[in-house]
Amino acid sequence: MTALLELRDVEARYGPVQVLRGVSLEVPEGSVVAVLGANGAGKTTTLRAISNTVRRSGELLFAGEPLGHRGPEAIARLGVAHVPEGRGTFAELTVWENLRLGAYTRPGSSLRSDPGRVLSYFPWLEDRRNQEAGTLSGGEQQMLALARAFVQRPRLLMLDEPSLGLAPVLVTEIFRIIRELNEQEGLTVLVVEQNAHLALQLAQTAYVLEVGRVALSGPSEELAAHESVRRSYLGY
Amino acid sequence: MAAAETRTGTQLRNGAASLRGLVRPIPLLLAGAVVFLALGSTFSTIFAQQTVAGLAQGAVYSSLALALVLIYRATEVINFAQGEMAMATTYVAYQLILWGLPYWGAFFVTLAVAFVFGTVVQLALIRPVQHKSVIAIVIITVGLFILIDGLVAWKWGADIKFMPSPFGQTVYHVGGVPVAQEDLGTLLVVVISVVLLWGLFRFTKLGLGMRAAALRPDAARLVGVRVDRMLAVGWGLAAVLGAVAGLMAEPAAFVLQPSFMQPILLYAFSAAVLGGLESPIGAVVGGLALGVFLNLVGQYVPFVTSEIRLPFAFLVLLVVLLIKPSGLFGRARVRRV
Repeated sequence: MTALLELRDVEARYGPVQVLRGVSLEVPEGSVVAVLGANGAGKTTTLRAISNTVRRSGELLFAGEPLGHRGPEAIARLGVAHVPEGRGTFAELTVWENLRLGAYTRPGSSLRSDPGRVLSYFPWLEDRRNQEAGTLSGGEQQMLALARAFVQRPRLLMLDEPSLGLAPVLVTEIFRIIRELNEQEGLTVLVVEQNAHLALQLAQTAYVLEVGRVALSGPSEELAAHESVRRSYLGY
Repeated sequence: MAAAETRTGTQLRNGAASLRGLVRPIPLLLAGAVVFLALGSTFSTIFAQQTVAGLAQGAVYSSLALALVLIYRATEVINFAQGEMAMATTYVAYQLILWGLPYWGAFFVTLAVAFVFGTVVQLALIRPVQHKSVIAIVIITVGLFILIDGLVAWKWGADIKFMPSPFGQTVYHVGGVPVAQEDLGTLLVVVISVVLLWGLFRFTKLGLGMRAAALRPDAARLVGVRVDRMLAVGWGLAAVLGAVAGLMAEPAAFVLQPSFMQPILLYAFSAAVLGGLESPIGAVVGGLALGVFLNLVGQYVPFVTSEIRLPFAFLVLLVVLLIKPSGLFGRARVRRV
């Protein structure tokens, strides 16, 4: 497997505060990669560095192309779908308009030509298409964000804390859908997650961040068995 | 499991919404106003005449108010230069007609010029300070007001110019009520512009991108919307609406001079605030309501002469804002997190 995304020594800062201190990671095509770590370790910032929504430096390659000075819009157009923390859904727009925004960068509307594909994963969206997204529950909004990202037909899906603030039942449901998208659609996924247990089950590879550096990395099973990971992130 | 849970949730929410719908005062108030105007018009010819004339004037306010709302939603400032931009584009139409273009030819060329003008203003003057401070943008729009005023006076002179009306002097009789072709024409032009604009926002990809860019620029960028471009297009469209307002206001004022849009900007500002500043429908309804109201009051209340029309408009605005601070169509948004 070749790397779809490659980060080498990426640093990032918010004003004077340096958050990433040289992060290197690889996301192989077709895989699920998880980024774990405590609050403030730089998980969210890693994703923001990739989509260039934070000031960063270092080498970032997507499908061999340097991301360098490309703006967030251009990176989205290259095929990176970033679902940010707080989901990035448009509360004031309807469910269907949110989905249409997913198809924004695609020539024509993939939504009009092929609504069945997204609806096969999220059948309930059909009934809610004219409802304002802001009136959906938290879990529904997370699913809508996922559906919108899927409509984008990205080569890389980046999810920031998809489980945040959701009931356990919904978390399981969302992770099931992410797994399906990966297995059935061959979608490459980079997921940032506090819930290390779920993340390690889903991902083939994982990275553990500590204060802006990669502290540990490797296949998920190995990390799950690792003494310090178990103690710090899995809690047993 | 989750589906069942959420379905009852929706039913509950829908139930609550329909309950609220029953007691929603604003639509009720508007329906009442429409019934009142319709009844009054069947009883009195003068009342009907004043209502139609008020709608035509109000349409001009609506158009400029809508321009203000568009900019407010995208840039979160009031563009104080909106009226002067409209005035300048009206002079462009005047010049084109002097050069021999037929009125409607000049009209459409002017709209195109206005679009470019608005876009250039955003790109050259607003974008550089966009992320710095709101007050900087406000000051720039005030400066632009003065700049345009000066430039127009320098180019065309501050004296009064005469411009032909696109509409004839014909007066139709609708059920015994004399209706000026000019009023009908003004209404029609504004209604067509507003409907076209609504369609653009509602049904096109460009419109969706513009709405997304205005609502949440950061999230819009992540789905590939070129936010800067959308904002520039937004300013362009606002300038087009302003141009429509200017061109339609001019025949009623009969004369063209650099200050002719200033009172109209104030009325439009009132209309926009009345409607809730964030609400396009509010701006349109607010403008029409203001136009009709002022005309009827001017007709039937002796002390409201044309000199105190404008202060009176602000008095009404003040009263409405005291009762409903968010304006008629402003609403506290329901958000679930």
